[in-house]
Amino acid sequence: MANQTLNWAAIDADPRFQELHAKKSRFLWGLMVFAVIYYFLLPIGAAYFPDLYKVRVFGVINFGLVFALSQFLVAWGIAFIYAKRAQQFDGMAEAIARDAQRIGGRK
Amino acid sequence: MRLNRKALLGFVGAAALLGAAPAFAQAVSPQYTYLTFIVFAAIIGVTMFVTYLAAKRTKTAADFYAAGGGVSGLANGWAIAGDYLSAASFLGIAGLISLYGYDGFMYSVGWLVAYITVLLVIAEPARNIGKYTMGDILAFRNNPKVVKTFMAISTITVSTFYLTAQMVGGGVLVKTLIGIDYEISVAAVGVLMMAYVLFGGMVATTWVQIIKAILLVIASLVMVALVWGQYGFNLNGYLEAVVADPGIQAQVARMIGDASKNMSAAELGQRFLEPGLYFKAPIDQISLGMALVLGTAGLPHILMRFFTVPTAQQARKSVIWAMAIIGGFYVLTLFLGTGAAMKVGALQITAIDPGGNMAAPLLAQFLGGGKDSILGNLMLAFVAAVAFATIVAVVAGLVLAAASAMSHDIWVGVIKGDHATSEQELRAARISSVIVGAIAITIGILAKGQNVAHLVALAFAVAASANLPVILLTFYWKRCNTAGVVAGLVIGTLSAIALVLVSPNMTYPLQIKAAQEKIMKASDEKIAKLNADIPALTDAAAIEKAKKDLGIAEKAKAVAEARIKSLGGATTSLVGLTEPMFPLRNPGLISIPLGFLAVIIASLLYRDKRAEEMWDELYVRSNTGIGRAAAAAH
Repeated sequence: MANQTLNWAAIDADPRFQELHAKKSRFLWGLMVFAVIYYFLLPIGAAYFPDLYKVRVFGVINFGLVFALSQFLVAWGIAFIYAKRAQQFDGMAEAIARDAQRIGGRK
Repeated sequence: MRLNRKALLGFVGAAALLGAAPAFAQAVSPQYTYLTFIVFAAIIGVTMFVTYLAAKRTKTAADFYAAGGGVSGLANGWAIAGDYLSAASFLGIAGLISLYGYDGFMYSVGWLVAYITVLLVIAEPARNIGKYTMGDILAFRNNPKVVKTFMAISTITVSTFYLTAQMVGGGVLVKTLIGIDYEISVAAVGVLMMAYVLFGGMVATTWVQIIKAILLVIASLVMVALVWGQYGFNLNGYLEAVVADPGIQAQVARMIGDASKNMSAAELGQRFLEPGLYFKAPIDQISLGMALVLGTAGLPHILMRFFTVPTAQQARKSVIWAMAIIGGFYVLTLFLGTGAAMKVGALQITAIDPGGNMAAPLLAQFLGGGKDSILGNLMLAFVAAVAFATIVAVVAGLVLAAASAMSHDIWVGVIKGDHATSEQELRAARISSVIVGAIAITIGILAKGQNVAHLVALAFAVAASANLPVILLTFYWKRCNTAGVVAGLVIGTLSAIALVLVSPNMTYPLQIKAAQEKIMKASDEKIAKLNADIPALTDAAAIEKAKKDLGIAEKAKAVAEARIKSLGGATTSLVGLTEPMFPLRNPGLISIPLGFLAVIIASLLYRDKRAEEMWDELYVRSNTGIGRAAAAAH
C-alpha cells in the first residue's frame, strides 16, 4: 500500500485536520454526554421521584410514560442530528484525504 | 476445504428433518400440527435457499468473515437488528411488560440507547481501522500477537456466555411452544445454524438475520394492528382500557399485597402504568443500564457487522437504520405486552412460563381467534417459527464471531504469524466454526435445567468492562498501549465474572431452604385451619371454596418440598458461599470503572514508543478513512 509511506504526523499537524479533530471531538463528546445523562435520568427518576412519574399529563397517560417515550424520540433525534452533521465532517475528511499525498509527502 | 453441493444437500436434509420435528408436537392442537409444519418448513426452506446462493459466493476468507465488505448500509441495519433482537428482547421484554407494566417498558429503553454509543464513537473508527475481528483493531498500534491472543480469549468468553443463554433459552422456548424434547430443540438450532455458517459464512448469516428481522417486524406489526386497532389507534383510549382491565387490576393487587387494600380498582389499574413493580433496587438498575449502554458497543458479534460494509459512511447508515428498526420494535412491544396482559392475562401467561416469555405467542393465538381456531393456531405457529428463526440467527452471528477470533486472531495471527493464504484461512475458519458449533450444542445440552438468564447480562458486563475500554482508548487515547490493553481485558473480564459469582444471581441453598420452609409452615397452618373449619361449614358454596383453598395450600406445600429436595442437601453456592458477598445482580457499576482504570494505569506505567508513534496514523486513518483495509480486496 502506497499509503504506508505517508507522513502521518504531518497530516495530523495540518491545520485542516486539526480543525476537523476539534470540531468533531467537541460535537461527538458533547452529544454523547447529553445522551448518557438523558438516559440515566429515566431510571434514577423512577427510583427516587416516583411521585413525579405518576402525575397525569393527558387522560391516563402520566409523566413517566411521556418521559419513557421521549427517550425513543431523543435517541432518534440524536441519530438524525449526527447524520446531518457528519456529512460536513465527511466533506472535510475527503478534502484532507485527497491532499494526503501532498500534505504528508514522502518520508 | 471444498464444500460441494452434495454435502450441502446432505446438511439441508438433516436440518430439515430436525427442523421439521416440531411439526409432530402436542402443544398445538393435534389437528393443526400441519400448520406448524408448513410455517417451519417455509422459513427453513427460504433460509436454506439463501444459504445455497451464499455458498456459491463464499470463496475467500474475506467473504467468510465479512461478506466481502459488500453489504449495503440498509441491509446491514436490518442484519444488526436481526443480530441484536434475541429471544430475550423479543419475548422477554414483551413478557416483562405483560406482568409488570411500566418497568418492563422502561427496561427496553436502555437496549436502544446503547446504539448511541455505537453510532457516535465506535462504528466508523471500527470500519476504518478494523478488518475482520476486534483483535485487528487492537493490533493496529499494539503488539499484534499479544493483544490478538487476549482479545480472542475475551471474544470467545463473551460469545460463549451469550451463546449458552441463547441455546438453553432456545431449547426451553421451542419445547414450551411446540412441545418437542429439549435435546432435539437444541440440536435442531445447532445443526441449522452450522449449515448457515459453514456453507454461507457471513453472507448467509447476514441474510438469515435480515429475513428474521423482517419476519419479526411483520409479526409484531400485525399483532399491534389487531390489538391497538380496536381502539382506533388512540393511545389514551387504549391505555384507558388497560387501566380498566380487571385482570390487570388483580395482577397489580397480587404484586403490591397489603398496600392494595385501600386502593380503588381504577387506582390499581393506573398503578400498572407507574414505576416500581419490577425494579426494587435502583442501584442495580443503574448498573445494568451502564452495562447495556457501554456493553453493546463491545459485543464482538455486533462489532463484526461493521466490517461487512465498504465505508465508514455505510457503517453510520447501518447504525441509523438499526436504531430505527430496534427502537420501533420496542415501541411495538409496549402494545404486545399490555395487549397480552389484557387479552391473555397474567395468570395464563405465568402458568405456561413464570418469566412471562410466552406473552407474545399467546397473544398471537388469541388474536387469531383462540385455541380452537385455524387462524389462531396459524398465528401461534408463525410466531413460534419467528422465535425459532430468531434464536438460530443470533446463534449464527455469535458462532461466526467466536470462530473468527479463533481462526483469524489465534491461528493465522498468532500461530502462523500472519502468513496464511486465503484458502488456508478459509479452511481454518470453517474448522473453527465446527468446533464452536459443537461446543455450543454440547453446552446447550449439558446446561439443561440451569438458570442461565443472568448469562446475557454477564456477557454485556464483560463486553462493557473489558472490550469497550480497550477499543475506546485505543481509538481516542494516545498513551494507550499493549500493557494497558492486556491489563484492561484481564481485569475487566475477571472482575465482572468474579462479582457475578458472589452475587445474588447464584443459588444459595440455605436461603432457598429457609424461604421454602417458611412457605411450608404457612401452608401447614392454613391446611390445619381449613381442616378444622370445614366440618363447621353448612353453606355448600363456602365448603366448595374451603376445599379449593385446601387444594391450593397443599399444592404450594408440595412445590416448596420439591424445591428443597432439588437442592440435594447442598448448603453453599457454586463458590462455597452461604449468602451473596456482593449485593448487586449486575457487576457493571464496579467492573466497568475497574476495566477503564486498568487500561489507564498499565498504559502509564509501561512506556511503548511504537504505540505512540502509530497514534498519528491511527487517528488520521480513523477520521479520514485513508488506506482503509478493504475487506473486498481479493
